[in-house]
Amino acid sequence: MPPAALSVHLSIGQAYAWSVFKPPLESSMDLSGTASALPFQLGIVMLGLSAAFGGTLVERNGPRWAMFVSLVCFSSGFLVASLGAATSQFWLVVLGYGFIGGIGLGIGYISPVSTLMKWFPDRPGMATGIAIMGFGGGALIASPWSSWLMERFGTDNGGIATTFLVHGLTYGVFMALGVLLVRVPPEGWRPAGWEPPLEQGHMVSTADVSARNALRTPQFWCLWVVLCMNVTAGIGILEKAAPMIGDYFKDTDTPVSATAAAGFVALLSAANMTGRLVWSSTSDLIGRKNMYRIYLGVGALMYLAIAQLGDSSKPLFVVCALVILSFYGGGFATVPAYLKDLFGTYQVGAIHGRLLTAWSVAGVLGPYIVNKVADHQEEAGKTGPGLYSLSLTIMIALLVVGFIANELVRPVHPRFHEPAPAAAAEAEAAPAEKGGDR
Amino acid sequence: MSEPTGNRTALTVAVWAWVVLPFGYGVYELIRKATQLFTG
Repeated sequence: MPPAALSVHLSIGQAYAWSVFKPPLESSMDLSGTASALPFQLGIVMLGLSAAFGGTLVERNGPRWAMFVSLVCFSSGFLVASLGAATSQFWLVVLGYGFIGGIGLGIGYISPVSTLMKWFPDRPGMATGIAIMGFGGGALIASPWSSWLMERFGTDNGGIATTFLVHGLTYGVFMALGVLLVRVPPEGWRPAGWEPPLEQGHMVSTADVSARNALRTPQFWCLWVVLCMNVTAGIGILEKAAPMIGDYFKDTDTPVSATAAAGFVALLSAANMTGRLVWSSTSDLIGRKNMYRIYLGVGALMYLAIAQLGDSSKPLFVVCALVILSFYGGGFATVPAYLKDLFGTYQVGAIHGRLLTAWSVAGVLGPYIVNKVADHQEEAGKTGPGLYSLSLTIMIALLVVGFIANELVRPVHPRFHEPAPAAAAEAEAAPAEKGGDR
Repeated sequence: MSEPTGNRTALTVAVWAWVVLPFGYGVYELIRKATQLFTG
């Protein structure tokens, strides 16, 4: 099951490497930077929307269906974008990569989540951490690979079109492994030698809550705020990482070159990726609520350290930024297990899909805050660390809001729980509907 | 009984290689870039 999930997440994680296509598209199609970002932005919006609205379908039809839909959308999105580049029709690139491919992103992102937690009931955090780490790792593969292809095929319209075509076909084949391998475990399946603990933790429910009822609980909205704040704070650094480290140490004895700044960005990607596996696995040991206390509380302290230290220590600046980015990745990877603890595995994929709308909001909010504030500070004549001090203060405040929201999370009231017989009947009917998924 | 087990092991190795090899390539490229922070 983990390779099946990884084959999908490593593919759709390509989305984070879209920036590789921006300069060639801008020069070959005469686009502005804002316009060339459109396919990616629409892709992320569609990710949130398709995960939110397609989550129930994913639960009903099973992970094989979901992975197949993701494969078709993501792969054909590249093929449509290829047609757009070949004919110099940018709207086709937006439609293909952003709209069609974005649906593949959303459905593919949530496709293995609930199945993984059913296979690994003893370590749900680690299980989803592996898959969601794959999403972080997808860009690591796609970024150098796409650059390599464009070096071979060229960066004119024909070269970009061929590169898109190769991407569409290759990802189609690569994701097919997931479609072929994925299986839902039999009802009541347990790992050998593992028995569910007789006494669950205070925050771990054995009852199930439907996706519709989950939206009516304060717990869902508290977690929505938690995810939104954590992601906003992480994106705040990720978005401006390269210029930020350059500006910070510009007036010191050890200024940071553009090459070194690129190395810093690569290190942040590594922290983002490893945080997904390491912290979500840790959450299996210390509990989800405690894990988010660390993400949000220690994260706020890391931002405070960056703000207070200024340009006095480059190593400390780098370490703090790495910790923040590892918490950013960890926040993504731990949230499915947090949802499972609160709402059960019954429709956790659909609930997770609805929660991902927080990501769409944070994707707009984080970069907007950091860019807007930095521009304003620059106009005010500030330089160096002063450019970012207000942004950092805002990020600390957002993390504190997230911390409070996490503290407000309590076990779900029994009135939202599914009646046990109904849940059992639904589970019995599911194998017939899912057919080959088992 | 041993042949099906052997086939299963081979399949497991093959499917893990399917995802680990491209991932390894990505990690290798990442390390190359990350070292620029200390050398660039």
